[in-house]
Amino acid sequence: MGKQATRISVNGKSHARVVDARLTLADFLRHELGLTGTHLGCEHGVCGACTVLVDGRAARSCLMFAVQANGCEVTTVEGLTPDDGLSVLQQAFIDNHGLQCGFCTPGMLITLTELLRDNADPSEQEVREALSGNLCRCTGYAGIVAAALDAAQRLRDLSGNS
Amino acid sequence: MKPAPFDYHAPRQLNEAAELLATLPNAKILAGGQSLVPMMNFRYVIVDHLVDLGGVEDLRGIAVGEGRLRIGAMVRQRDLELSPDVAQHCPLLAEALRHVGHRQTRNRGTIGGSLAHADPAAELPAICAAYDAVVHVASVRGIRPVPFREFSAGFMATVLAPDEMITTIDLPLWPEGSGHGFHEFARRQGDFALAGAAALLDVDATGIVRRAALALFGVAEQPVRLDAAEAALTGKPLDLTSIQTAAAAAWLIEPISDIHASGEYRRHLAQVLSARALTDAARRSGVEL
Repeated sequence: MGKQATRISVNGKSHARVVDARLTLADFLRHELGLTGTHLGCEHGVCGACTVLVDGRAARSCLMFAVQANGCEVTTVEGLTPDDGLSVLQQAFIDNHGLQCGFCTPGMLITLTELLRDNADPSEQEVREALSGNLCRCTGYAGIVAAALDAAQRLRDLSGNS
Repeated sequence: MKPAPFDYHAPRQLNEAAELLATLPNAKILAGGQSLVPMMNFRYVIVDHLVDLGGVEDLRGIAVGEGRLRIGAMVRQRDLELSPDVAQHCPLLAEALRHVGHRQTRNRGTIGGSLAHADPAAELPAICAAYDAVVHVASVRGIRPVPFREFSAGFMATVLAPDEMITTIDLPLWPEGSGHGFHEFARRQGDFALAGAAALLDVDATGIVRRAALALFGVAEQPVRLDAAEAALTGKPLDLTSIQTAAAAAWLIEPISDIHASGEYRRHLAQVLSARALTDAARRSGVEL
């Protein structure tokens, strides 16, 4: 019962699979593709650890079935990292003590990637509002917010001091 | 935390979707999935068939005309939030959207899904109540319009038949210059509100209220319009006293008690939030308070 073909582009690479309809996108990424950077905390849409970009928009991959992502472009935390080194946002997390245990970090990075793409100069309030959908149980929010604001500044500097 | 097995259907056409819903046993509609999928993960909901409306083009689109804003049931909440048409013509909706879940859930969640789910603390049903929305509902028997006052059927229940789906939501436009106000109280950003209020005011050039709408949510089994408050305001000039008097009508409701708040506290919130929402609406309609 419930097998379905799906084709999903993940981090620029197309994957065709026949999967159980009930397979979540999160489990598809982790178990079918071995992309274990996407973390599963609560599996009911509260913690935000499993957040990925679906067609450029942050979404909880535990609240989507893989078959719903048929034809979509999905970006996971692995897809945010350049071949060489770290992204500006990732480096800012290190420099600002933006992670402790690191479990929530993939979701944080995805959420902030979307925010910084749409808003080059977010206020602290806007950062905090965007992050309200991601829980950090180390409670290291101050460092995460600082990392986001620092990354925004660095990205603005890179794009020509605008 | 994994859903029970089901068969998945992804119709592209409205009539195809209606046919599936009419024929498949124990079928449920998948809209944005931000409420349904958690319930399936917990196995509160177990279905044999899931009909995903994500691919039905006819259920998308935002259009302004004939005195109303028409929204397709599958329009994502984030698209409504970013829509210039919504911001210009239904600013109350735009303001409320920022309180709906989180950005990550608004990216997937739909207006139709929110109305069909009918959580008593949800913002979008209350906005539809305030605007006197008309919900268009389709099945193999055709399309029928349902005034929002008749749409709710108690706690997390609607008048939708099992084989019916929402197609569009019409929000009648208020005159240009009308004011709006929206306030809710939640313990954390993005949580369901303990209580909330949404207000619309149309005030004439002399400061007399031509029309008022005040909808409350989180305080009863379904969104409620505070008719007594609206009647108290209509035809009279606005000042802080008249707003407080109108908001006091919130004492008439008998809110639910649960682990999050007592009914008494919710009633207190309903009154305070009503006054704040009406105050914002008054100021935005040009009244100096």
